[in-house]
Amino acid sequence: MRLYADIEKKCGEFDLKVNFETENEVFAILGASGCGKSLTLKCIAGIEKPDRGIIKLGNDVLFDSEKGINLPPQKRRIGYMFQNYALFPKMTVLENIMCGEPDEIKAREYIKRFYLTGKENLYPHMISGGERQRTAIARMLAAKPRLVMFDEPFNALDSHLKSNLEGEIMRLIESYEGQAVFVSHDRDEVYRLTDRIAVMEKGRIAGIQEKHELFESPKTLAAALLTGVRNISPLKAADDGSLLALDWGVKLKSDSYRADAARYAGFHERCFEVADHMEEFNVIHCNIRRVVEDRDCMMIQFTGDDKEKMLTYAVDKEKWPALKGRDLYLRMPQEKIMMFE
Amino acid sequence: MFDYSPLWISLKVAAVATVFTFFLGLGAARLVLAMKKGKGIIDGIFSLPMVLPPTVVGFFLLIIFGRNGLIGETLLKMGIEVLFTWQGAVVAAVAVSFPIMYRTARGALEQVDTDLISAGRTLGMTESKIFFKVMMPMAVPGIAAATILSFARALGEFGATIMLAGNIPGKTQTMSVAIYTAMQGGNREQAYIWVGIVMAISLVVMLLMNIWNDRQGAAGRKIR
Repeated sequence: MRLYADIEKKCGEFDLKVNFETENEVFAILGASGCGKSLTLKCIAGIEKPDRGIIKLGNDVLFDSEKGINLPPQKRRIGYMFQNYALFPKMTVLENIMCGEPDEIKAREYIKRFYLTGKENLYPHMISGGERQRTAIARMLAAKPRLVMFDEPFNALDSHLKSNLEGEIMRLIESYEGQAVFVSHDRDEVYRLTDRIAVMEKGRIAGIQEKHELFESPKTLAAALLTGVRNISPLKAADDGSLLALDWGVKLKSDSYRADAARYAGFHERCFEVADHMEEFNVIHCNIRRVVEDRDCMMIQFTGDDKEKMLTYAVDKEKWPALKGRDLYLRMPQEKIMMFE
Repeated sequence: MFDYSPLWISLKVAAVATVFTFFLGLGAARLVLAMKKGKGIIDGIFSLPMVLPPTVVGFFLLIIFGRNGLIGETLLKMGIEVLFTWQGAVVAAVAVSFPIMYRTARGALEQVDTDLISAGRTLGMTESKIFFKVMMPMAVPGIAAATILSFARALGEFGATIMLAGNIPGKTQTMSVAIYTAMQGGNREQAYIWVGIVMAISLVVMLLMNIWNDRQGAAGRKIR
């Protein structure tokens, strides 16, 4: 079912202005906290009212400021999973699910389907985090929504619980004609769960891309930061027509088709190659400042000659002893350099 | 023989008044919470009896509930006389305790996590179902406190009572009024007794409330 949203809302200093469309896919909004991603979902669900705009689901107009249409959440039939699940504390698991499906026999089917048998008469504070999440999902689906939305569904969980529950949500989305809208600040989570990703910054969508493309070649600085590009430098056109990475002090040659319009270059810390000597393009001389041992690699933090901005180079632990103490030159292969606005 | 009638009259008046105040206050709280515009004005009007001098409240009540008053006339047709009867004392007690019930209950309802209310809406629950099934159970401790405070306030009402219900021994003379009468008549001993009784009742009410609050608090901690 097609969801179309084009909305504006002012909230004090904060100014939300988003426009996107999604159909039969798992769609995510990725953004730092406070960027307006939850507010966007709330506008779609009808919990918040936008100042201006249109929201459509399938052929139904849910909101249209010009025609004065604003369906209450009850009539929108959009499932919303809250960050903290918003289970009703004074109701049992079964009673919670019956808020979505008043027929007890049918509600009990959801208990079974979500492995909550034996818990139906317990209150939310008496069950585990995973059971709480399953109750919330069961309750949401029991109301037979036309679209399901998740607001940071794993935020409150320990990492070992996360992967189990992620699997469960994936299964659920598949059984739900494969459509869902997610909101998250966790790039890995978004990568695993979704197909297409909108990157959001300060109330604006800074580009929507297919996930592989987004992670390999982000279009904007915000997208690069949110997808975890550590090494970023502003660019300047050099005299000989090449591009100069100002913070690194390196002339770059890149395969990126965006090179003409690009204002920044980015490079993943794992993609460096060791070079034997200085070269005119794409090689940087390392002034090592700090070496941090990470779980599965060494993180070498260094600067270019006469530069302040720190870069990061990740190298396998077993390879590091051979490089240690050497005068180190690193090459950025031109096909791996990202360019963005 | 010491005349205990003011005690029974006070308790009867306060108990009946609390029943009315409970529903009126809660209803008003729900109404104001659901309002989008004009909230401030309505809230101000509902809270007014709390800050007005009791004599002013009594004055308005006399106008409204008097024989020619808007409500007084209707009530009279139904056979209910308000002036100088214990029912009049109930009306006065409701008027002064209503803002306490309304404000405290509203505060308790406002404390309910808005996500819960939103969740109810996205699940398709009606607004009244959300109010009774989600908000009310969450607000029980606050609403109970509001009820107890309203009862205590109704029990101690003096100014509006004496204007509307008068001071008829055995009929409308409540404890507060009895204290005033006793002091006026130079009957200190009787005044002391009534003061003692009023203080004892008030203290017991407050203690009960505290004990209950502590229990609620302990239960709340367990949840977390």
